[in-house]
Amino acid sequence: MLQLVVCIKQVPMVTELPWDEKSGTLRRDLAPGMMNPACKHALEAALQIKEKYSAHIAVITMGPPAAKEVLYEALAMGADSTILICDKIFAGSDTYATSWILAQAIKKQCANVDLILCGAFTSDSETAQVGPQLAERMNVPAVAYVEKIEVNGKTLRVRRIVDNFRETLEMECPALVTISMENYLPRYAGLGGLQRAFGENQIDILDAAALGVGVGDVKQEGSRTKVRRVFLRKTDKENVFLTGVAVNVVSEFLNKYERKISTVIGKSIEGKNRTNEE
Amino acid sequence: MKNKQKSIWVFGDYRNYYQNRVTLQLISKAMDLAKSVNAEVCALIFGYEIEEWIMEYTAHGADRILAIDEPALKSYSTERYLAIMEALVKERDPEIILIGATDFGREFAPRLAKRLKTGLSADCVGLEIDATGLLVQIAPSFGGNMLAEIVTEYHRPQMATVRPGTFKEIPHDNRRKAQVERLSLMKGLPQPRVRLIEYERCAEKEHSIENAQVIVCGGRGMGNKNNFVKLHELARLLGGGVGATRPVVYAGWADHNSLVGQAGKHIKPKILFSFGISGAIQHTAGLGEADFIVAINKNPQATMMKMADVAMVADAGDVLHSLIKELKRRIRE
Ligand SMILES: Cc1cc2nc3c(=O)[nH]c(=O)nc-3n(C[C@H](O)[C@H](O)[C@H](O)COP(=O)(O)OP(=O)(O)OC[C@H]3O[C@@H](n4cnc5c(N)ncnc54)[C@H](O)[C@@H]3O)c2cc1C
Ligand SMILES: Nc1ncnc2c1ncn2[C@@H]1O[C@H](COP(=O)(O)O)[C@@H](O)[C@H]1O
Repeated sequence: MLQLVVCIKQVPMVTELPWDEKSGTLRRDLAPGMMNPACKHALEAALQIKEKYSAHIAVITMGPPAAKEVLYEALAMGADSTILICDKIFAGSDTYATSWILAQAIKKQCANVDLILCGAFTSDSETAQVGPQLAERMNVPAVAYVEKIEVNGKTLRVRRIVDNFRETLEMECPALVTISMENYLPRYAGLGGLQRAFGENQIDILDAAALGVGVGDVKQEGSRTKVRRVFLRKTDKENVFLTGVAVNVVSEFLNKYERKISTVIGKSIEGKNRTNEE
Repeated sequence: MKNKQKSIWVFGDYRNYYQNRVTLQLISKAMDLAKSVNAEVCALIFGYEIEEWIMEYTAHGADRILAIDEPALKSYSTERYLAIMEALVKERDPEIILIGATDFGREFAPRLAKRLKTGLSADCVGLEIDATGLLVQIAPSFGGNMLAEIVTEYHRPQMATVRPGTFKEIPHDNRRKAQVERLSLMKGLPQPRVRLIEYERCAEKEHSIENAQVIVCGGRGMGNKNNFVKLHELARLLGGGVGATRPVVYAGWADHNSLVGQAGKHIKPKILFSFGISGAIQHTAGLGEADFIVAINKNPQATMMKMADVAMVADAGDVLHSLIKELKRRIRE
């Protein structure tokens, strides 16, 4: 049986992003959370492996207590066990620190892991760095942006499209993949499944002490980067309104922006007798 | 080695050269930054038969080139390249390393940063040197709706991956000279654990909309599947991809991998067409980096229309029809 670990993150829903103007950070405590979309694809990939080859799926998240919600959702989707890493001293970790903490938890709780699956990136920080850095921490071979996984004993064959190369790669377990959003459409966790998850399963909660991590280690392996300031991107849009019959609106638009469009698409649509003779 | 010359390194990501010229853009930006910290610009090229790139990076402004030209490096291996880079950095101690935020670069850079025990910021859309000489890395978050200023204060090198297209390359000039150091492969490189079984180049269009320059997005206002699929024709004419809102995906008019928004993809096209989309925040969350937005909606009050550069108040199907027709006519000759 394959031992799979899926790393998932709870990210804020965008409905109302409450910003702390002073510190320039997101008040995550106030934002309702959801499972990061790419992490959901990673969990789906694990579930499909489990259906095909039989596997145990452990799901790990590091976050505040409220991040339990995404673990329940993972259980409802079909995960077997869950771990929440939760400690105030881990707050504000960058990818360097996060990958270290996740690695500590995996080494401690899932020492015989065959495959670690991460999302390719998160919708809030969007770094796409935690997966590759976790592979380094675990010292396992890794492939990012995977779209398809086949398992043959302890050999993994993975496919991906990166930078316009279609690649097939192979590696041996234990290994790590990050899963893109091109494939592995996540299944729904039905209400029944959710109720069962809440009712039955225990979530293992690990704090720094349980991980055997002290303040000194955090200093040593903690964040390398510092966010100085976060600000809203300002946009100064012209916001031109065009009204009228569709054909006229379209030729007005093309005449005004033909140069711009030509540059972007790399083909000229300019100056072709400017009227529309229908 | 006390007063040695500081160096800004640019990783030569030439494998992606024909799709984007991010390495040349980074050399040009590095030249800029180098002035403020009094450094040289050094480009790295590892591979086999790389003379072409040595000339190219020289002509585009590199002061120094570290080149390793070996048959063993003919096909790309992340692990190999990591080991080489790690050894070189430890030997030479650059101040800054810039890497293009291609898929390749974004897989490579975080692993290198971990090995060097330093910080890394992802997919930067701006770089500056502050008053204290630190590299300020401006990176998007939340679908580009937010920007963050990130610094690596206490560790070196300072590392960033940079979004292709962010900076302008300087013109090719054959008269430029660089100090080219041809190095041999270091001993004891590890055998790669990831084996490349096969690879082929594929057409840009096949790739995900996350990197597309033009995207045609459609929403419930397209009315039905038949109308919706016509968006693909427009996308083809413009060399772009098709995106969709959630109701459209649920209705089965589009695949889930075209979903744009907080539950789907974040996109960054140069031009976005938005047909029959209201502009709910869950959708616009993925549009923070769309450069130029053209919205088509019957309802001028729709949020999508307010955030557009050009807002066409008209029937989405009609505009689509005319646009396809008119573009075909204009592109033909
Ligand atoms: C937790 C959560 C996550 C979500 N995540 C996403 C996400 O990732 N992506 C996403 O897209 N949505 C997401 N949604 C859904 C989102 O809230 C909106 O419901 C959705 O974006 C609306 O899609 P729409 O604009 O196509 O449809 P509508 O809101 O119904 O808008 C249709 C628009 O078309 C216009 N129209 C109608 N007929 C015509 C015509 N003939 N010509 C021109 N215009 C016409 C109308 O005026 C209207 O503005 C999410 C919702 C939730 C609760
Ligand atoms: N706090 C976290 N807890 C668990 N997994 C995480 C966490 N942060 C990031 N990851 C994993 O790393 C992936 C990439 O995240 P990021 O580097 O933040 O874009 C996510 O999809 C997760 O699989």
